[in-house]
Amino acid sequence: MAASTTTGNFKVIGTRPIRHDGVDKVTGRAKYGADYTFPGMLHGKVLRSPHAHANIKSINIDKALKLPGVKAIVTGKDLPKAENKLEQAGEMTINPMYLSMNILAHDKVLYDGHAIAAVAATSPHIAEEALRLIEVEYEVLHPVMTVDVATKPGAPILLKDLRNKEEGDKETNVAQHYQFKRGDVAAGFKAADYVIEREFNTAMVHQGYIEPHNAVGIYNSDGQATIYCSTQGAFDVRSLSAQVLGMPVGHIKVVPAEIGGGFGGKTTIYLEPLSVLLSKKTGAPVKLVMSRSEVLRASGPTSGSKIKVKMGATKDGRLVAAEIWMAYEAGAFPGSPVGAGAMCIIAPYTIEHFQIDAYDVVVNRPKTAAYRAPGATNAAFASETIIDELAEKCGIDPIDFRLMNAVKEGDAQVVGPPFKRIGLIQTLEGVKNSPHYKSKLTGKFRGRGVASGFWFNAGMQSSATVNIHADGTASVVTGSPDIGGSRASMAMITAEVLGLDVTDVRPITADTDSIGHTDVTGGSRVTFATGMAVYEAAKDAERQLIERAAKVWEKKPDEVEFRDGKLHAKGNGVPPMSIKQLAPRFPRTGGPITGRASVNARGVGPGFATTCVDVEVDPDTGKVQVLRCTIAQDAGKAIHPSYVEGQMQGGTAQGLGWALNEEYFYDDKGTLRNSGFLDYRMPTCLDLPMIETVVVEEANPGHPLGVRGVGEVSIVPPPAAVANAIFRAVGVRMTETPMSPPKLLKAMLKHRSSTQHSAAAD
Amino acid sequence: MKKTLVEATINGETVEFLCEPRQSLLETLRDVLELTGSKEGCLTGDCGACTVIVDGRAVDSCLMLGVEAQGKTISTVEGLATQGVLSVLQNKFLEHASLQCGICTPGFLISAKSLLDRNPKPTEPEVRYALAGNLCRCTGYDKIVKAVLDAAADIRGQDKSKSAA
Amino acid sequence: MHAINYEAPSTIDQAVAILKEHGENARPFCGGTDIIIQLRAGVRRTSHLVDIKKIKELRTLSFDAKKGLRLGAAVPCIEISESDVMRKHYPGLTEAAHLIGSLQIQNRASVGGNLCNGSPAADTTPALIALGARARVVGPVGEREVPVESFVISPGRTVLKPGELLVELLIPAPAPHSSDAYLRFIPRNEMDIAVVGVGASVTLDGDKVKAARIGLGAVAATPLLETKAADVLIGKKLDDANLEAAGRLVSEVCRPIDDMRGTIEFRLHIAAVLTRRALTIAAERAKKI
Repeated sequence: MAASTTTGNFKVIGTRPIRHDGVDKVTGRAKYGADYTFPGMLHGKVLRSPHAHANIKSINIDKALKLPGVKAIVTGKDLPKAENKLEQAGEMTINPMYLSMNILAHDKVLYDGHAIAAVAATSPHIAEEALRLIEVEYEVLHPVMTVDVATKPGAPILLKDLRNKEEGDKETNVAQHYQFKRGDVAAGFKAADYVIEREFNTAMVHQGYIEPHNAVGIYNSDGQATIYCSTQGAFDVRSLSAQVLGMPVGHIKVVPAEIGGGFGGKTTIYLEPLSVLLSKKTGAPVKLVMSRSEVLRASGPTSGSKIKVKMGATKDGRLVAAEIWMAYEAGAFPGSPVGAGAMCIIAPYTIEHFQIDAYDVVVNRPKTAAYRAPGATNAAFASETIIDELAEKCGIDPIDFRLMNAVKEGDAQVVGPPFKRIGLIQTLEGVKNSPHYKSKLTGKFRGRGVASGFWFNAGMQSSATVNIHADGTASVVTGSPDIGGSRASMAMITAEVLGLDVTDVRPITADTDSIGHTDVTGGSRVTFATGMAVYEAAKDAERQLIERAAKVWEKKPDEVEFRDGKLHAKGNGVPPMSIKQLAPRFPRTGGPITGRASVNARGVGPGFATTCVDVEVDPDTGKVQVLRCTIAQDAGKAIHPSYVEGQMQGGTAQGLGWALNEEYFYDDKGTLRNSGFLDYRMPTCLDLPMIETVVVEEANPGHPLGVRGVGEVSIVPPPAAVANAIFRAVGVRMTETPMSPPKLLKAMLKHRSSTQHSAAAD
Repeated sequence: MKKTLVEATINGETVEFLCEPRQSLLETLRDVLELTGSKEGCLTGDCGACTVIVDGRAVDSCLMLGVEAQGKTISTVEGLATQGVLSVLQNKFLEHASLQCGICTPGFLISAKSLLDRNPKPTEPEVRYALAGNLCRCTGYDKIVKAVLDAAADIRGQDKSKSAA
Repeated sequence: MHAINYEAPSTIDQAVAILKEHGENARPFCGGTDIIIQLRAGVRRTSHLVDIKKIKELRTLSFDAKKGLRLGAAVPCIEISESDVMRKHYPGLTEAAHLIGSLQIQNRASVGGNLCNGSPAADTTPALIALGARARVVGPVGEREVPVESFVISPGRTVLKPGELLVELLIPAPAPHSSDAYLRFIPRNEMDIAVVGVGASVTLDGDKVKAARIGLGAVAATPLLETKAADVLIGKKLDDANLEAAGRLVSEVCRPIDDMRGTIEFRLHIAAVLTRRALTIAAERAKKI
């Protein structure tokens, strides 16, 4: 795989064609999971625990079964027994017992919203009425809602089988302890002129996709099942559902519908096995759709966290040491992204001495799921505000301070081999040279803040086929659900390789029977890894085209080349042949042409972003307005610039929401108080300015087109950038997210009275 | 539960349907009339994914009953194109890449149409205010606002050349 | 949702008859922006919805320079913001109607419904209180008028007895040199329930306050009429010191709770801030009249 340059004579790549599914999406024709109906279809609803922590003493479904219109009810007893161990399910490592317990509780409920039973009925209203008739007897236990409570000696234990290496056979709520070390931290701090140490707390937040989870399950009497659902990974739905249901993987077909947002939250299963289970019991297709309240209570938000950061720098601005302690809420079952957070927290900088201790802690909240660069945003909120404070102490501009310490090609990562070509420095310069940063920010209570972020990005497995049609046009088939416009890029790559118009290439997202294994749409991997498979498949088709032309011209294949969308015989003046002209000759020269490729993509290029935010604070209320925002991000090579910009803007908006007003409110019983969009406050159109983008292209040497994943890292810097801007606006360092008005007002009043005191004392 | 017979004009066509009083207009459109273009996002009037136009006013169809449609004129996303020809707004959304997952797009198109029908020359703050009832989680709204402003300019330009002709 | 019945009477008498027949099981239905959510959540278990939007008197907005405003209970908020008469004579109530949620909500929700829902955080109620509005209620045994500040008796409950219907709001004609304002605090820029809401009306005599009324929302179990701060301002200029004093007195009368929208401490602070700001705006408007 040759490294490509960022400049290239591309005809299609780098342009902005209309996406192929565009007309369907603006006319309402596109079918999302909840839009599917089938003859005889029943509707399912799920009964959920009102308690955060309780033993289930009994479940009585008799009354509910008698309600006219109710056709079947399932509980945890209807699932096969699952073992408590780690196992491969597709590409993932899972604990089958915990997975099963999250689908339907076994003998215990572990969070407000935990699924207990599912009903299938002739209408969704009847199914809902049936839920009210199911009688459950609980023994309510004390809820464990925070990392602090969970790790206190004598804390109630959530999972009686959970152990970690350090505590041996002792029951615990700490699932894992990760540690990363280099050098000698104590010596490092001795060499520092400035040492800053603070504790940070971030609240649990949700991905906030507008489309709730959905699934339609059809179980046939021959033991074959089909699931239609909105998912980021049809193959993951298949392997996880097979695991939970005790069915062979090959007996389940998953058809990915169009998906209304995921951001990591739709990479696992909730309703899918229930839809199949109910279909099996009733003999009819069964559709389940979560309400918004269920989505917030019972899908997979990301961890709230407690992070203590201590960093030291010399007075000329060199970072010398970092000591970090971080604990993330895993939710009811192990698996928070604290390990990833630990590997990201100082990733953008060369620091000789560090020690990072990271803890995965279970609490009575929903099992956390991935959320765009999982773990990294919490981490960057802490580290990037400390870095800002150190820069201020050294009297160095915050961008210059970062430039002085920024990682570049050849520098070590926290874990793993040294960086290959990366673009962090270019993103810092991108912001520094932006019209935004160059403009002066004037006015009272206004401030400008900067922060950077890192995300690994992923490679993993993808498959693709490129079919050349009888008229010389093509289709490109992949298994990557399109959550952000990626199918256009797949068509563009194919069109570029084969010299076709992009409108002559149809991109398809196929089901699990119709394409080779493809890992999840997530990890910023589709344009990178599926794009790589598409590129290889198109090249495979190109090779076959060359062979066919050679046959037609009675030459050897190495005497033929493909150039500018046409086949050329090297040497003597045989007129070139287009694919369109060659296509009618396919049948006689060997049959249809299908290019194919499957990859386990290596050569991932990590992502870096730098974000700048201007804010204005109302000094009497603590309300923050975002006045202006710019993000610079390294895309390697932007296949479709509009959708690259879109990823940058979307992640930034989510990061701003995380910074300002988004948080889960649980009361002291462990009940979620804000399970709706009224009080789970995501930014509206009126809350944000235009989001200016600087697309940096430092080609990733590991990809034939230089592509670097762009989907995630944009969410990482905004909370810290906002905190740093608030500091410059009103002199207060915020150490909690969200930086909502009550919290900021309290901090400002405290700051004012303490500065008054010290002024009075002078 | 007895159903009610309702007659309404939907996307220019007179339509008759049966629904229970407890079925919302959104549920009626999607499950009874098979017009699945309007989406369910929250059922509490906080996300606007279900926005339709009723007698010239944009409303959240999740907070209106199907039986209330009696005698009303309703426009949904399925009615924005004219015999397959996309409206200016729909084209601008595509040109500006104003959609990523697309689930909020029908609601935004309806709200934007409602705005431009009343205010052909909106400022950016006016566009943002008019769209505040529609949540998008993918785009950060930037390209949506740009598309609406561009559509407004386009429509004004077309009207100018029409009246000049 | 549980099964419900729906009727759409065309006269007040018809509506009252249905409400009387079903008592606690019936509820008037206008924009649906609160009741439908509550029925789905099981918070209210009404079985009969009585749609009042076909009753002509309830959809009428009429202003008379001497008699004042008659605002039908089913007039949607959007008609208020689009009305020149409302913007000119009652800018505070108008801005409250314009803040009540998205345009989709404003196109359906009514001020009457906002009041009858009985939330202490309703946006238009403090503005109505500041204007001295009265609610005209019609029932099986006749009709009565209730000052708006007495209408809500606890969160979600009003003085309406079974069979009674709020028909219209009666708002006095604005006195010369008087105007109103409504401000609320929310963490975002729209789509939030008020953390604190303050409605203020001010009548000036030169640059001194002749009369003032302050309505408060989201700072107690019901919307409040605040009289102490208003009385203390009579005969005074609205300078910084007097505004500060008014704000402090308002804080003292507030009895807010801690919830996920704000702490007690925060609400008390904001109530004072918004009082100062609302009085200032109302006075500035009053000067221009």
